[in-house]
Amino acid sequence: MIVAEAKPLEEILDSLKGMSKVLVAGCGGCVAVCLAGGEKEVGIMASALRMKRELAGEPLVTVEETLTRQCDPEYVKELGKKLDGVDCILSMACGVGVQFLAEHYPDMWVVPALNTKFAGATIEHGLWEERCGLCGECVLAQTGGVCPVIRCAKSLLNGPCGGSQNGKCEVKPNACAWQLIYDRMKSLGRLEQLVEVAEAKDWSKSRDGGPRQVVREDVKIDG
Amino acid sequence: MDFNPKIVAFCCYYCAYSAADLAGSLRLQYPPTVRMIEQPCSGKVDIRLLLEAFEDGADGVYVAGCLEGDCHFLKGNIRAKKRVNAAKKILDKIGIGGERLEMFNLSGSMGPRFAEIATEMTNRILELGPSPLRQARQAEGENREEEASK
Amino acid sequence: MAEEKSKLQRLLEQGEFVVSGEIGPPKSAAGDGVRHHTEELKPYVDAMNLTDNQTAIVRLSSIAAGIHVMAAGGEPIIQMTCRDRNRIALQSDLLGAYSLGVRNVLCLSGDHQSFGNHQAAKNVFDLDSIQLIKTVRDMRDKKAFHSGEAIKKDEPRFFIGAVANPFADPFEFRVLRLEKKIRAGAQFIQTQCIFDMERFEKFMDLARNRGLHEQAYIMAGVMPIKNAKVAKYMQKNVSGMLVPDGIVERLQKAEDQTAEGVQICIEQIQQLKSIPGVRGVHIMAVAWEEIIPTIVKGAGLLPRPQ
Repeated sequence: MIVAEAKPLEEILDSLKGMSKVLVAGCGGCVAVCLAGGEKEVGIMASALRMKRELAGEPLVTVEETLTRQCDPEYVKELGKKLDGVDCILSMACGVGVQFLAEHYPDMWVVPALNTKFAGATIEHGLWEERCGLCGECVLAQTGGVCPVIRCAKSLLNGPCGGSQNGKCEVKPNACAWQLIYDRMKSLGRLEQLVEVAEAKDWSKSRDGGPRQVVREDVKIDG
Repeated sequence: MDFNPKIVAFCCYYCAYSAADLAGSLRLQYPPTVRMIEQPCSGKVDIRLLLEAFEDGADGVYVAGCLEGDCHFLKGNIRAKKRVNAAKKILDKIGIGGERLEMFNLSGSMGPRFAEIATEMTNRILELGPSPLRQARQAEGENREEEASK
Repeated sequence: MAEEKSKLQRLLEQGEFVVSGEIGPPKSAAGDGVRHHTEELKPYVDAMNLTDNQTAIVRLSSIAAGIHVMAAGGEPIIQMTCRDRNRIALQSDLLGAYSLGVRNVLCLSGDHQSFGNHQAAKNVFDLDSIQLIKTVRDMRDKKAFHSGEAIKKDEPRFFIGAVANPFADPFEFRVLRLEKKIRAGAQFIQTQCIFDMERFEKFMDLARNRGLHEQAYIMAGVMPIKNAKVAKYMQKNVSGMLVPDGIVERLQKAEDQTAEGVQICIEQIQQLKSIPGVRGVHIMAVAWEEIIPTIVKGAGLLPRPQ
């Protein structure tokens, strides 16, 4: 899932300066799962904003609406009914949702309430960790199911640097990705596979060429 | 100015709520400022509920759950404590003040302690004065009256 | 362009026990310090490494520092890390360095930016150290850029070095990684500073089992330690470096800790010299370049061959 977390309240308040009616838009997708932008978080955010603004003598009216997903046109459309008198949408989705709302409501000022962090997984309740670098060309078959592109601090493709010690990366207290790769390859009897020199990555498949697209003619409905 | 604080207490059915009953049967005195809301467990309380209590005019709020280790649902009171702490931080940022919110733990047999908590919290809020939100609203109301009288 | 072997390569091929040193370029735009150190060191070492913004702290560029070394009559080994440049910039700098007369390059991943003085920097790591080694080799042997496009004339013909750290983990993988570097084109290897002799001997055993000592010139890294406090600091705070308690204790007991540190380093060199497959030493005297002559003299490595 896409993991996100709330921006500091001051930053959000700053982006809502001068607005008197704000639609706080939640998303029922990834950010609801990682407890950053679902219905409950929308309620907390809206209540906090209202009180802070009231104390500042600039009361704020909020409309709360949580869409099934903010990254899908059919759900985004529903928001249109709620925009009466609204000056601004505060999107509590990931960066995709914020942009999608802005695209669909060209006359509306849309600002983010979250910082979008990474594509990751729930390690335990309240702890999420990055797992995928979205590089566009998966190398996991070569590295035993552990991604060095995102889990190694230097994205090394040919083994651990000299800073790996006792299973830990020198940069953060995280596990050294290459220690994990080594352990797995060893236990599966595939160490020799790691002696092969991995070629340089083709970064043109990553974000370097501007926004990427996936096109599937077989599932297109129109055209 | 006479200040009659409004305090909301979210009370767990298994402890604080029974303790309140007991305090009643024992004819213990405690301030009438506390309005109790029964909860199936202190863990039912979430941050939104706590914030909205303040938004709706409370000067102080507390959550009363079972003694740690004695939660009927095992960890509800531990979770409540974490949420109370998170809500305190939000209240600090907003300017309401986290000290207006508190978590207490007691058992169903602690009637006197229930009365003590109610008194303790009432005294704290009396010292802090009305919630800044209430003050702002009052000032706003007076302004409006003034304008109307002009 | 006439092929011109570096002095380092020539000496290693002649079977000399080679000595290299290290100069950290300054955090300023002045080259006289590098020149001064070169003058000081050149009778004692055969070549000098110029570090590339080590520990991710901005310093005078390693290539520019190498030019200062050459101007002062020394032989530079340019360190090149993958942290700050993509494949375009790396190749461009290789062309530039060669055009200025640099012949030795040492390819490394590079310290992470979070250790340096620009922690908010974006790291590059477009290539990793092994891919960089291969790129330098292909430019020379295949006369081709990384993309495959031919270098029509005057290709850079570097003597290619790499590093190995026998003290990082996973230990068994360290030898495989060395093998990968050699397969990719590394001709000489400089190791991380060796304090744990037992572990290094084990590493060399494994390397010899795979025949690696005959496929590349392995130079053992050493570092003189000024006092027990420094030893303790490295023991605790530098990952990928193993300092045995014995060394800390020996320094603590010594009357003159600095002299003892130098003595330990000399003994280490003598011990390393006797390990089969070790073809030289690389002395890393970080911010203590002036001690190198004493060590080289003490280890009986004088006079240096020309």
